[in-house]
Amino acid sequence: MDSVYQALADIVGNEHVSNRPEELYIYSFDLGTTEPHRPDYAVSPRTTEEIQEIVRLANRERIPVVALGGGLSLAGLAVPFKGGILMDLKRMDSILEVNERARYVVVECGVSQGQLTSYLERHYPYLTHSEPGAPPTATIVGNLAIHGQGDLAQPYGFNSDMVNGLEVVLPTGEVCRFGSCSIGNSWFTQHPLPDVGIFLGWLGTTGIITKASLRLFPCKKIRGTGQFVVEDERLVPEVMYKLSHTQMVEDIVAYSQAIPPFASGLQHFTINMAADSEKELEFKQEIVFDDTLGEYIQRGEGGFLGFTRGLQRPQVSKTSDWRKGGGFEYVGSIMPVEKYPECYRRGREISERHDIPYTVLGRCIGAAHAMMFSWTYAFNRADPETIRQAKEALHETDDLALELGGTVWKPGLYGQKLVMERLDPNTLNLMKKIKQLLDPNGIMNPGNWEVG
Amino acid sequence: MYELRFNENDCLSCPTQDCLTKCQYMDIDRDTAKREILKIAHSEDSYVLHDCVTCYACEEYCPAHNHPFYLIAEKQEELDFPPLPRPLIQRGINIGVPFRGEPEINEVEGRVLNMGAFADHMYLIQGKLFESLPVISTDPRKMFHYFCQLMYLHYARTSVIKERLPKIIETIAKHKVTEVIFFHDECYGTYTSYCPAVGIDVPFKPVHFFEFLYNRLNELKNEIKLVDLKVAYQRPCSSRLSSDKLHFVADIFNLIGADYVRREYVDENALCCGGTIQGQRREGSRKRAAEVQKRNIEDMKNAGAEVCVFNCPACYQTLGEMVARNGIRPIFMSDLCRLAIGEQPAGWR
Repeated sequence: MDSVYQALADIVGNEHVSNRPEELYIYSFDLGTTEPHRPDYAVSPRTTEEIQEIVRLANRERIPVVALGGGLSLAGLAVPFKGGILMDLKRMDSILEVNERARYVVVECGVSQGQLTSYLERHYPYLTHSEPGAPPTATIVGNLAIHGQGDLAQPYGFNSDMVNGLEVVLPTGEVCRFGSCSIGNSWFTQHPLPDVGIFLGWLGTTGIITKASLRLFPCKKIRGTGQFVVEDERLVPEVMYKLSHTQMVEDIVAYSQAIPPFASGLQHFTINMAADSEKELEFKQEIVFDDTLGEYIQRGEGGFLGFTRGLQRPQVSKTSDWRKGGGFEYVGSIMPVEKYPECYRRGREISERHDIPYTVLGRCIGAAHAMMFSWTYAFNRADPETIRQAKEALHETDDLALELGGTVWKPGLYGQKLVMERLDPNTLNLMKKIKQLLDPNGIMNPGNWEVG
Repeated sequence: MYELRFNENDCLSCPTQDCLTKCQYMDIDRDTAKREILKIAHSEDSYVLHDCVTCYACEEYCPAHNHPFYLIAEKQEELDFPPLPRPLIQRGINIGVPFRGEPEINEVEGRVLNMGAFADHMYLIQGKLFESLPVISTDPRKMFHYFCQLMYLHYARTSVIKERLPKIIETIAKHKVTEVIFFHDECYGTYTSYCPAVGIDVPFKPVHFFEFLYNRLNELKNEIKLVDLKVAYQRPCSSRLSSDKLHFVADIFNLIGADYVRREYVDENALCCGGTIQGQRREGSRKRAAEVQKRNIEDMKNAGAEVCVFNCPACYQTLGEMVARNGIRPIFMSDLCRLAIGEQPAGWR
């Protein structure tokens, strides 16, 4: 009997560990274009303590550990490039606390977006969280760990800006807490304690987040989406700026795509709004659609397509899958909003060069402080040639994101390399020191952020 | 190229100028109406070209069947006075572009039901009423090969209709059909009103959906259980192109025991769902549409309607949720008919 396998079974029980090829195969890839790599073991812990023991074991044995949430990053971020232990966190799925008055929720790391959405709808209809565009099986913590954004990004920013506290198992097995929970209080704030921002954006290379406190926000009785469309992509930044100025919208997404044809060559906006009464809704619609967007409508430059009540969540991922074979991957970037026109034009050129129907999208973050701009490339999973085309397009787009003055969001290995090439040397050196300090044996999600 | 058959002399000799004096969205007297319609006919600027909400109603009002609305739409395009902002027009034009390959052509050699651009509403044609009836345009991925294009009247793009429609007719004809029942009024109006008006040949016999439903209900008369519901009907704009078939609404309600409530905004006075108005370029269009919708629904409520019957999916999309919020259940006509023969309506919300 394999001694590591036996040790893992002793920690989590026989039914939650596997080294069977068919199960390792499932954990060898994600849904993007990254080459598959099989782990040696797949293990599914239920508690923080079990995670601690697994990490200590991995340290003793010098075995890589890759933590997996929903597995939906598409960028290969949880593909076990160097084998080892694939730690599937989906059993850690308890919603531990909702504090209605202080508006936060404490979740374990396997709680999914869809789970939290339905839980809040059922038990706390006046509260909501910023749900990303990913499928509902994406996890809350996985999204925080990659600095995700959701459908409340316009007023409140990145989801990782909404963190009130974290519990983390360090690469050497210790458990640390950050925020008010670290001094024994409730999980109501991250600030003003010393901020140790070394777990978000590090793609699981500095520790495993086991619990998180996430801010919740008022959920109004009526929520819905208005649609607006312009032809000229150069109008998008100013429309986004003006819409965010109203402080009356929850989400602003601009998109354009070759398929279906209605969206081709046009820039559509979805504008989410919420209200507690008809009076409030009409007031907001008047300000947003009549006063703010009216000038474009009357000049014939912009068109109002109506307001539909009820949010379909998630919205964004539904727009990405238009090609036979069902595959797609995107390059996400965090980009100044003013770059939208160039992002659109250059992205379209890349798509056309690679014979892929173009799909682009920009989501406003904060009061137009930035946007998440994505270029999506569809491919046929059964056709290696289209996968190769998509991969080339993705790499070109990683280059483009940086060339245009943005940063790559949740970069895959190629994007990480580009970012590290440009990183301030002192910053890179600090990252090295942090990494060496926290993960002396280099076991955490190796291959990612390999700073030295 | 196809040309609109419009006779200016009919307007000159018209004793009523009903086309514009009956308009529910513009207040126009007879003299002004005559002056403006002639200006339009002479390709001169007229405020009517800017203020028209494109509700199609003047096609019905005109006693000479002289096609005033088709004329307005043509002149809006010719003079570049689009009723909608440019991006909405481009979006609309893009919508009708087929993009998922060619349709499968099954030769029918007879009567067929055509879903047109509403193949995603196949759930509305289930049950005994539709038994043994061949259907074309059943695949939402291919439905734009059957799209009648008449929607572009709202967009002042008759050139697009004239360019694309012959190809659509060709596709339908490939099925070797003799009679085509059109699920949507707009398609029926295309082939019975618009095509003759501009000289496009139609090689099959169009049948109105309500006429088909009425006849089928009569065939199944023994199975009808009176529905005992107070119903209002949301008349779509394209129904104005087939006003000779409007009586089937009341006939169907009568046959199935539905109480067709007495309303102000009914038949000739029916109000637009507002779907097109809200997107128009004129200042205040969103509010104008909301005001029309409110007036329409209040009228239904005052008349005691329990149910609002739709046939046009676009009207349903615009007004369905709104009427439901006002305590009136929205239902499609085919579903109401299915209810009357003891079946469970698929789209009953």
